[in-house]
Amino acid sequence: MATRYFGKPIRRNEDPRLLTGQALFTDDVHLPGLLHVAFVRSNYAHAWIHGIDTSVAASMPGVVAIYNAEDLGDYWKPGPLLLPPPPVEGHVFHQRTQVPLAKGKVRHVGEPIVVVVAESRYLAEDAAERVVVEYEPLPAVINIEEALRADAPLIHEGLEQNLNAHLVQHKGNYEAALDAADVVIARTFRYDRGTAAAMENRGIVASWDGKSEQLTMWDTTQAPISIRNGLAGMLGLSEKQVRVIAPFIGGGFGPKIMMFYPEEVLLPWISMRLDRPVKWIEDRHENFFSTTQERGQVHEAEIALTKDGRVLGVKDVFLHDAGAYAPYGLTVPINSQCTLLGQYDIPNYYSEFHAVFTNKPIVTPYRGAGRQHGVFVMERLLDIAARELGIDRVEIRRRNFIPPEKFPYNNEIIYQDFAPLIYDSGNYAEAMDKAVQLIGYERFLQEEQPRLRAEGKHVGLGLVTYVEGTGIGPYEGAKVTVEVSGRVSVATGIGTQGQGHYTSFAQIVAEQLGVEVENVRLVTGDTAEFYWGAGTFASRGAVVAGNAIHAAAVSVRQKILRKASDEMEVAEEDLELSDGVVRVKGSPESAIPLGELAARSNPLRGAVRPGSEPGLESTDYFGPERGATASGVHAMIVEVDAETMMVEIKRYLVVHDCGVVINPMILEGQIHGGVAQGIGNAFYEQLVWDENGQLLNASFMDYLLPTSDTVPHIETDHVATPSPLNPLGIKGAGEAGAIPVGPLFAQAVEDALSEFKLEILEIPLSPNRLFELVEAARTALDVPHG
Amino acid sequence: MEKESEFLVTFTVTVNGRQVTHTGEARLLLSDFLRHELNLTGTRVGCEHGSCGACTVLMDGQSVRSCIMLAVQSNGHELITVEGLGVSMQELHPLQTAFREKHGLQCGYCTAGFLMTLVPFLQENPHPTEVEIRTAISGNICRCTGYQNIVEAVKLAAESMSTEVSAELSATLPPHSHA
Repeated sequence: MATRYFGKPIRRNEDPRLLTGQALFTDDVHLPGLLHVAFVRSNYAHAWIHGIDTSVAASMPGVVAIYNAEDLGDYWKPGPLLLPPPPVEGHVFHQRTQVPLAKGKVRHVGEPIVVVVAESRYLAEDAAERVVVEYEPLPAVINIEEALRADAPLIHEGLEQNLNAHLVQHKGNYEAALDAADVVIARTFRYDRGTAAAMENRGIVASWDGKSEQLTMWDTTQAPISIRNGLAGMLGLSEKQVRVIAPFIGGGFGPKIMMFYPEEVLLPWISMRLDRPVKWIEDRHENFFSTTQERGQVHEAEIALTKDGRVLGVKDVFLHDAGAYAPYGLTVPINSQCTLLGQYDIPNYYSEFHAVFTNKPIVTPYRGAGRQHGVFVMERLLDIAARELGIDRVEIRRRNFIPPEKFPYNNEIIYQDFAPLIYDSGNYAEAMDKAVQLIGYERFLQEEQPRLRAEGKHVGLGLVTYVEGTGIGPYEGAKVTVEVSGRVSVATGIGTQGQGHYTSFAQIVAEQLGVEVENVRLVTGDTAEFYWGAGTFASRGAVVAGNAIHAAAVSVRQKILRKASDEMEVAEEDLELSDGVVRVKGSPESAIPLGELAARSNPLRGAVRPGSEPGLESTDYFGPERGATASGVHAMIVEVDAETMMVEIKRYLVVHDCGVVINPMILEGQIHGGVAQGIGNAFYEQLVWDENGQLLNASFMDYLLPTSDTVPHIETDHVATPSPLNPLGIKGAGEAGAIPVGPLFAQAVEDALSEFKLEILEIPLSPNRLFELVEAARTALDVPHG
Repeated sequence: MEKESEFLVTFTVTVNGRQVTHTGEARLLLSDFLRHELNLTGTRVGCEHGSCGACTVLMDGQSVRSCIMLAVQSNGHELITVEGLGVSMQELHPLQTAFREKHGLQCGYCTAGFLMTLVPFLQENPHPTEVEIRTAISGNICRCTGYQNIVEAVKLAAESMSTEVSAELSATLPPHSHA
């Protein structure tokens, strides 16, 4: 069969609904009798709660109910640990998870204490303002480098120190590498982090119907099935009594996979208690405190090399900021640990981290999920090594690439999915060659840069590599049905947040069944439509759900061929599926529309043959044994204004390998968006906390997100090494754009300002911070102001 | 506009060609009025303080941010929301078509705000340069697309609107009337 749908830049099925304002988002759900919720949240990062007075609030107009932690009774309990620590020998792990409402103590600003239910959101907020909470403020732990000191305030009672976890992984013997090395370079790297800032804040509508004993919940979650299962358990309901719908979601990027947020625990409980539907929509200010973030790590890292630039070993000891609670296990620091080695064949590695509690909002994965921290350390170490050894920065990378013949390549450590970190496939030199050629590396360094420098311009080039572990298990499933109308419906359990699943998944089905993509209707994120699954995270939607859909579509194709073969009395291999019909090859008049065949497969008379099933439908699952490793090279050329330290990106290039591509238009969109978020992370965004744990820039006026005049045109090109780990050969692509932008900025800016011999060891930068670094370098070099 | 009591006001506004009279609290935001009173949920709220542009609608043909306006301030004015931009899902406005063709949206949450910012921009600048486009949308935040395909969509829309739609038609909105 000729490929007609798979791999094509087909425009999206979901767009007309989104473009005309007809797509249903959570806050668009209106129900009769709907009540609204507002929260009283902690003003302090760390404090005892001595009293809560809700008497005035309770008497205000429109107030229906007010609850605090005590009111929840037995329903109050700390949330589940989503992922246990990996089975690594000798690890330490102290479980402390978030609670629905703070009881006795608050541990970060914005932690919910009281929930107010009223006839409108306006009235709920009026009343919430009149709730009085009596606090005894405590000193707060803000700086992660102080969290483990003996005199640090203790955040969680019952622990001896603010330690969430300690874990060591190693490969080979780093000490031996040290003995054999000609050069050892050690540095301290700091990587701070921002907030995902999805355009849609979180929100929930919970509706308990006492007569049918059914709970329906619309939730901006990336994992509706896991939410349903957890809620059923908490509420003492059967899973079949709970329907969770993740409708259109206005961006996820990771924080919407967190569970259970306090609001997700409270809203259904309130709805059941009051027997009325309730809605809570997070506002932007709340989002800065109550939605999870991903932040700080400090790495003490060293690299051991031969004098010709061959890396013998890397040692990295780092601190990871878990925030006030750690419900998500160790995914983020393990991603940092497991992504650091990147595209390089490094025989010896020692990696140790301490995850620490701080009085800041909870840390869970946000696009990249700790991978960028590892990539930053490794790429920076290579840049410094290249400079010290007098080797070109591209050349030092080439000398250390894992060669194509070494795949599958075993890194001998355990990844976030608890499977061995084995790269399935890749061709790193090919992508590098392409990037070097497309960015004009040699010409820039030899001709353009000297010419522009002579004109007084500070121009520089950056070029870095990365890998991304994607498409991890456990599994996803899908049901594909040919309807009597001839349309095809597809249901899968994952949620969708703008990735184009309605189209790319439809392409997978269209390819097998020979129907138009527009005639494939996809339902995602509704537990009533598909029962089993895990969620949208770790760049796994296309890989895992995509392959499940492929499997189901292949099964349906086989059913169609079998049925048509019976009906037409011809061999299956003489049939073809195209234009929505099945027909004998070369005989258009033999065509049976698929809808008609579906009707004949569900007869009103006669019998369905033993061992067969009615209809043209199949449910199938896919679970990869381990994740597929995507990779790429980013390169950019910048000009730095030496007065203002503003950085202008003149060119930005991505050469990317995510295996076989379903829809190149959607893929490029994913890359563009990832790069834009990476640029924000590298140069614009930073959550700034004072010593009391107050966030100083909790609004879009103060927190700088990249805009259309700061994100450049992004050039893209591709290398394709199909993954052998799944039938479609796909690797995930959701996070790749964002991962390597930090070290890319650092390298390019250093190059542009090479006269100051800067060494940039931190992200994010900003014009202010760059100015400070240049001033310090200027003083050290005794360079006068020009 | 009439003052009913200390808190209640009555006002009349034309929304997508339909005249609406509403009595409610004076503090009701225009965004909440459109979304929750008129059920025109295509206008979306991203920041509640006028920074992100998601809630942009047209008032008398000009872009305004509905999250930092009170509903009563629309008294006597004409509003167009994204629901009033195209004819139907099958018959989109050229700008909507261009966003689809160029993949100028992903999650779609900010999209209405971009569209309603761009409609008057393209009327005033029928042949914009890339720099002009990027400046025009620099007050709208999108977290998914990195803006590149939005810029491409605006270029395509400008092209198709100048060739396919007469200047007279493109200068009058809405292209259809619900009245």
